[in-house]
Amino acid sequence: MTGVLNTVGAPLERLEGPAKVTGTATYAFEHRPDDPVYLHPLQATIARGRVTNIDTAAAESLEGVHTVLTHTNAERLASTPDSELAVLQSDEVGFRGQLIGAVLADTPETAHHAASLIGITYERHPHDAAFRDDSDVVYTHDGSNPMMSADLVHGDVDTALAAATFTLDATYTTPAEYNNPMEPHATIACWQDGELTLHDSNQGSHVVRAVVAPLLGVEPERVHVISPHVGGGFGAKGMPHSHVILVALAAKALPGRSVKCALTRQHMFSLVGYRPPTVQRIRLGADSEGRLTATGHDSLEQTARIKEFADQSANASRNMYVSPNRHITNRLAALDVPPGTWMRGPGETGGMYALETAMDEMAQVCGVDPIEFRLRNEPESDPSSGLPFSSRNLVACLREGAEKFGWRHRDPTPGVRREGDWLIGTGVAASTFPTLSFPGSMATIRCCSDGRYRVDIGASDLGTGARTALSQIAAEALEVSVEAVDLHLGSTTQPFASLAGGSAGTASWGSAIVHVARTFREEHGSTPEPGAETTATAPPNPAAGEYSMHAYGAQFAEVRVHADTGEIRVPRLLGVFAAGRIINPRTAHSQFLGGMTMGVSMALHEHSVTDERFGHVVNQDFAGYHIASNADIGSIEATWLDEYDPHVNPMGSKGIGEVGIVGTAAAVGNAAHHATGIRVRELPLTPDKFLISP
Amino acid sequence: MKPFDYQRATDTDTAVATVSRNPNARYLGGGTNLVDHMKLGVSSPELLVDVSRLSSDTVETLPDGGVRVGAAVRNSDLAAEPIIRQRYPVLAHALLAGASGQLRNLATTGGNLLQRTRCVYFQDVTTPCNKREPGTGCSALDGYTRYHAVLGSSEHCVATHPSDMAVALTALDAVVHTQGPSGPRSIPVADLHRLPGDEPDRDTVLEHGELITAVDLPALPMAARSNYRKVRDRASYAFALVSVAAAVDIAGDTIRDVRIAFGGLAHKPWRATLAENALRGAPATEATFRTAADAELAEARPLSDNEFKIPMARNTLTSVLRDLTQQEGS
Ligand SMILES: Cc1cc2nc3c(=O)[nH]c(=O)nc-3n(C[C@H](O)[C@H](O)[C@H](O)COP(=O)(O)OP(=O)(O)OC[C@H]3O[C@@H](n4cnc5c(N)ncnc54)[C@H](O)[C@@H]3O)c2cc1C
Ligand code: SF4
Repeated sequence: MTGVLNTVGAPLERLEGPAKVTGTATYAFEHRPDDPVYLHPLQATIARGRVTNIDTAAAESLEGVHTVLTHTNAERLASTPDSELAVLQSDEVGFRGQLIGAVLADTPETAHHAASLIGITYERHPHDAAFRDDSDVVYTHDGSNPMMSADLVHGDVDTALAAATFTLDATYTTPAEYNNPMEPHATIACWQDGELTLHDSNQGSHVVRAVVAPLLGVEPERVHVISPHVGGGFGAKGMPHSHVILVALAAKALPGRSVKCALTRQHMFSLVGYRPPTVQRIRLGADSEGRLTATGHDSLEQTARIKEFADQSANASRNMYVSPNRHITNRLAALDVPPGTWMRGPGETGGMYALETAMDEMAQVCGVDPIEFRLRNEPESDPSSGLPFSSRNLVACLREGAEKFGWRHRDPTPGVRREGDWLIGTGVAASTFPTLSFPGSMATIRCCSDGRYRVDIGASDLGTGARTALSQIAAEALEVSVEAVDLHLGSTTQPFASLAGGSAGTASWGSAIVHVARTFREEHGSTPEPGAETTATAPPNPAAGEYSMHAYGAQFAEVRVHADTGEIRVPRLLGVFAAGRIINPRTAHSQFLGGMTMGVSMALHEHSVTDERFGHVVNQDFAGYHIASNADIGSIEATWLDEYDPHVNPMGSKGIGEVGIVGTAAAVGNAAHHATGIRVRELPLTPDKFLISP
Repeated sequence: MKPFDYQRATDTDTAVATVSRNPNARYLGGGTNLVDHMKLGVSSPELLVDVSRLSSDTVETLPDGGVRVGAAVRNSDLAAEPIIRQRYPVLAHALLAGASGQLRNLATTGGNLLQRTRCVYFQDVTTPCNKREPGTGCSALDGYTRYHAVLGSSEHCVATHPSDMAVALTALDAVVHTQGPSGPRSIPVADLHRLPGDEPDRDTVLEHGELITAVDLPALPMAARSNYRKVRDRASYAFALVSVAAAVDIAGDTIRDVRIAFGGLAHKPWRATLAENALRGAPATEATFRTAADAELAEARPLSDNEFKIPMARNTLTSVLRDLTQQEGS
């Protein structure tokens, strides 16, 4: 299905690149309304209880302050099924940092200063913010949430473990990690004549509309969301968070005025979600040939008492490797903490860290090379559903990666290679992420007077290159050059599109564009009149439910650990991916590199520390919450196999935004073990964990 | 952030008089620490007196062979100064190990010395902190203490001093010159910062309004063989878990003289006199280095999250001394 003009597959530069590097691409907060009002949020400083009084007199008497919004004067929302979004609807506090008010003033500085003059009194209730395995807080979800899959039990793991030649029983922990996109969340809201306009940084304008409209009790068509450029989201902008509702309420209180709010980095540690911390126990059993006979994966994750969110990390072990006996459980510990959310590779990222570390340990227990061990446990069809794989090239990724990385010459003995003061090791881990596609995306294609084609779709470009890739898909489907396509996205003025998430953006939107382009050609032929136009919705994928669809990869890491200080470095990383047809090699390469870089960051640094006494993350800025710096990143090579998957979507492509981060941390940890002989089962891998005191 | 006035100082006497008479006035250097604190509500001055162009911004050689660094010299400039790189490599390395290029371009010598602790509770006005608000209690004591002190702390405060530069200056026997409400004085850098005791709100011995004008480095020929080693949670742009500044004078296999200071272990740069005493006149062997480190760290008292600092400090000092003593003559 190669396009005649070779548009898909060309390493096109990002179309908005020049605008971004010259600072002319406008992000949400850079929109400049006339005479704006600035909002500074007020946050609870207790973790559970009630606000009994808010003294706003001093703040309101400051020159330039318009009003202070609290639960006592804010408008009632029309519906509040989601307690995270029930902003200022009651005096209750469910977590520290929760929004309890807002100051509206002429300048951000005045709003900030006024906020510091507000006296708040509380009735404190005992809170519980200690993540632990304790029946007081741990529960099994009731299945009411369709996004939550139940436990998986195949065969009898305990009996199989008792009969196994080789066994492993190990527990891994991952801390809460924060998405921290480069661009903090920002919203500008304006109510005029019963219409709400939001300039907002998000992963889906239509999603924001769909969530916000019923809360405010207005028709969705009266909510307009504009987000042409977004500086990253990684899941934290997937759903609107409470600040969006707060700003909308504030704007309603000041009709005709634009209310601007930019969250600070500190705000983001309580208001926009995070990857919940996990404790994961993995039990593996294998026969004398190193073939898995039992797989147990029990995951415990933190959730917020006010709003359930489950990463379900144990699901990573549902269909990765063969195992006749399998027991997968996901449990939640409900605490008085901020709600978690999706973060790049939700579920798989944490779950595969545990599974792929366990696979490395188990390979050693069995005395088998870790790549060979994975090859011996490669399933022919999806082990949990029994469906055939639409395509699965993990083995090819491992083989090609091994060749490129020089795995053949590797001595498996840990802790025996040294250069100067540095101990050296190498490690491998597999990556995977489901290939998803969300239903319902629509697009409009119109022939313009200059003979070019205008494509409108309410999709989002978070900085991934979606605008560019979609233009290429449109060009191929219309059989024109990409220069003849003028693609518009990022707004509810365009037809409905699903959110940018689940690595499903390009697949969902691309399916709509291909379908509309074909329909357009059917309706208007190859030489359409200017003004010819077609709007249509992507049909559901006929192969859905027939195949198990996933992207795969193999990651290889070289790690150095300082023999005296335990400092750990990753000079070399290689990722080989099998992710369907690659629409744009340049932007795809960036996605893989970005995922792997974030994976190194997860492996070595990212760690939010909740102080249980207060109930909030105390290292709530970039000096305290470390993300890999340039100096932490050595050589990263990302390549991919030539894969075309006819079952997943009309492009033959798979999502690539998330598979790149999955497995990196395990590869790094496995290499650190190979370097030092020290097995760390708790992320991040900080120097203290590798200190050897003579 | 509270509204404030800003003045650019034109002469030292007026600046000192202005700040001294107003308890809510502060000097402003590069602003990379103070302005952050103003945004966080940790500090709410009503007047800033900008001294970043007041004091000398040059590095000059003194008649006795020492070097004088003006208080307004930027961290980047000081690190790049040829005299510093050749004669006091420990100082150049310490500066370059601190913060980021952008921050070092702004940060001044005076401001760097007086930067305040990075204790997360100190920086978060919603939590109690004796240093920020005396008498409210120390949140760190039973809290998150990975970056906190193991030496010289008190029940009132367990914070560390974050400056890398100050650790090198302490090892080098540098002297701070100040101009205060009661006139000029000179204070060894080693005596500038205090241990917390029961007054953790006082980081240093300076009086309100006392202006740092310059820092003198003594000639100290042995400083040519010196180094700074900073162990941190990422490869750059992170505060020290443990750092070591050291200079050695070695004759054959014997350590004739040595200077050592630790960073990341205490409320002030920690001059390791016990370790120095154990090393002077001793053979340059791994065993001596470890004995010396143990002598200094014998009194260390870890908190819940930072027990690792003791072996890390011992290993890092050993590693630095090994490198320095093997450096020449090989
Ligand atoms: C993200 C981040 C990371 C950092 N990492 C490191 C690091 O790894 N290592 C490190 O050492 N530092 C680090 N720093 C801190 C940085 O070095 C300091 O902020 C800087 O040195 C302060 O200098 P300044 O001139 O900007 O001080 P200012 O912020 O201007 O002032 C600091 C204090 O000194 C006072 N002051 C300034 N000049 C004088 C004077 N001449 N006389 C008397 N008082 C004066 C001010 O009143 C204020 O109280 C980091 C900072 C940031 C923001
Ligand atoms: S260690 Fe010191 S700075 Fe930190 S909370 Fe305690 S008193 Fe405050």
